[in-house]
Amino acid sequence: MHKNQLRPDLKHLAKLVKKESRVLEIGCGDGDLLYYLTHEKNIDGRGIEISQSGVSTCVKRGLSVIQGDADVDLKFYPQECFDFAISSQVIQATRNPKDVLQEMMRVSKSAVIAIPNFGYWFNRVYLGLNGRMPVSSTLSYQWYETPNIHFSTAKDFEALCAQLGYKITKSVYLQASGKPLKNPIARLMPNLFAEKAIFVLEK
Amino acid sequence: MANKEKAIFGPEFKEAEVGDIVFLAKDKPLMLDCGKEISNFPVAYQVHGKLNKDKSNAILVCHGLTGDQYIASEHPVTGKPGWWENIVGSGKILDTDEYFVICANVLGGCMGTYGPKSINPDTGKPIGLDFPVITIGDMVKSQKLLVEHFGIQKLVSVIGGSMGGMLALEWAVSFPDMVYSSVIIAAAARHTAQNIAFHEIGRQTIMADNNWCEGKYLEKKKYPSKGLAVARMTAHVTYLSESGLQRKFDRGLQDRDDITYGFDADFQIESYLRYQGFSFVQRFDPNSYLYITRAMDYFDLVEAHEGMLANAFRDNKTKFCVMSFSSDWLFPTSEARHIVHALSASAAKVSFVEVETDKGHDAFLLDEPEFTSTLDGFMKGVYEDWERENA
Repeated sequence: MHKNQLRPDLKHLAKLVKKESRVLEIGCGDGDLLYYLTHEKNIDGRGIEISQSGVSTCVKRGLSVIQGDADVDLKFYPQECFDFAISSQVIQATRNPKDVLQEMMRVSKSAVIAIPNFGYWFNRVYLGLNGRMPVSSTLSYQWYETPNIHFSTAKDFEALCAQLGYKITKSVYLQASGKPLKNPIARLMPNLFAEKAIFVLEK
Repeated sequence: MANKEKAIFGPEFKEAEVGDIVFLAKDKPLMLDCGKEISNFPVAYQVHGKLNKDKSNAILVCHGLTGDQYIASEHPVTGKPGWWENIVGSGKILDTDEYFVICANVLGGCMGTYGPKSINPDTGKPIGLDFPVITIGDMVKSQKLLVEHFGIQKLVSVIGGSMGGMLALEWAVSFPDMVYSSVIIAAAARHTAQNIAFHEIGRQTIMADNNWCEGKYLEKKKYPSKGLAVARMTAHVTYLSESGLQRKFDRGLQDRDDITYGFDADFQIESYLRYQGFSFVQRFDPNSYLYITRAMDYFDLVEAHEGMLANAFRDNKTKFCVMSFSSDWLFPTSEARHIVHALSASAAKVSFVEVETDKGHDAFLLDEPEFTSTLDGFMKGVYEDWERENA
């Protein structure tokens, strides 16, 4: 996979990971991000992925990925054995996002976490006007089949981080296109205008 | 049939063709875990491919309980193709055009390596039960002598399934600096009570056969064929899965239209197991079966590391690939996860896949596409990294 094929939002996440760092990705899927970071930023990467097909694809790409469950398997890692724990669009799909977040912060010095922002205006309008749960290209599931069982807005996530005492040292708000918010008004109200948000967390 | 059996493993004992043999521990004896020492003992092995000038292209494959060194060439006793011919060979996953693949008969084995069938030079008789009780660790130490005999300082990979996986694990724990990568397939860090139970049944079955003669069957010109065959039949069931057996045999009848109201092999599964037992007797030594199953029973890396398997992997730089099969109830996925969790706790480099299959424990010996393609992918990653680091 070539670097310019990386999904735009993953590219922005990748920018926040330091070169040659030790990285654990939670829910690494087919390993696109981990592969990119390994080859372009020379990181020492590990991954956890729940699906056999995802893990097999990763292993076939030479990545050190184990088949496991973020809710269960993070506890086996020692404290701060990674520089970065990263996850993209995963934390809202775990059973206990708060526990997973705490485990990510325990095993690493900092975390880079990308979430879908349920506070995005489209979702608000969709729910407000249609009276139905939003379905879009990003949130492409019906309510009864979605793996995203713990939706939050960017603000909700920030509040959880504050509650747990984590500092958000950097936030990147993305439009639906995967590009960062540019419009100055939109940037004042990212919780309304960002479709996705990426946060860098430190203790 | 009887002649061939006798010629190789029966009372008129004769050494079978075993390929290359080297005598190891000539200068310094090998201290075994039981406290006894062995020296100048034979190890039989097969190699495929060419060892390069730097001796930096060697891969060691470790065989399972009843396997042997005939990994990619015709077996001299059974005439069957090598047990991993789909994996080892020119252009295959373990590519013998590029790599030097070694497979040695384990210590305690019966295909040329030092074992209970070996002749004691002082008495001219087979050693039998005077052979020391060996461990997985002893097998690995003897393999290390073989690797050193070739002048190899570091193996690109040590790979094994089942007991071979235990050996691969033990290699990476005991000699991490000699093991660049380790592939542990359908194995465990310790034998469970159930594992020991099945082995005990196998051993008792052999020893209950009057022809076993307290292990002196070769001297007495007898042979516990029935005991060994039943041991194999029991073990063979543990290598398969319920759904696999059902798929393959169901309640199918063997060469008959109806049941016979007798104890003949009415069902295909009976006939199949009888054949498995019968053919095993022709290629395996009963005492070797006792010794090697015992070595597996004694294997416990957890106990050996103060009850914390993670301690075994501290600062380990080896790249690990752990694989299990969903329908393997002999070495279930939970055992593989135990290893993976311990490796994770040491922040070691580890890949882990549970392959979905109904082929049970033996899946690693069969053509299981998800397994072979995962192994292929892992090895390609290893080759790339190895070559870059050695460039």
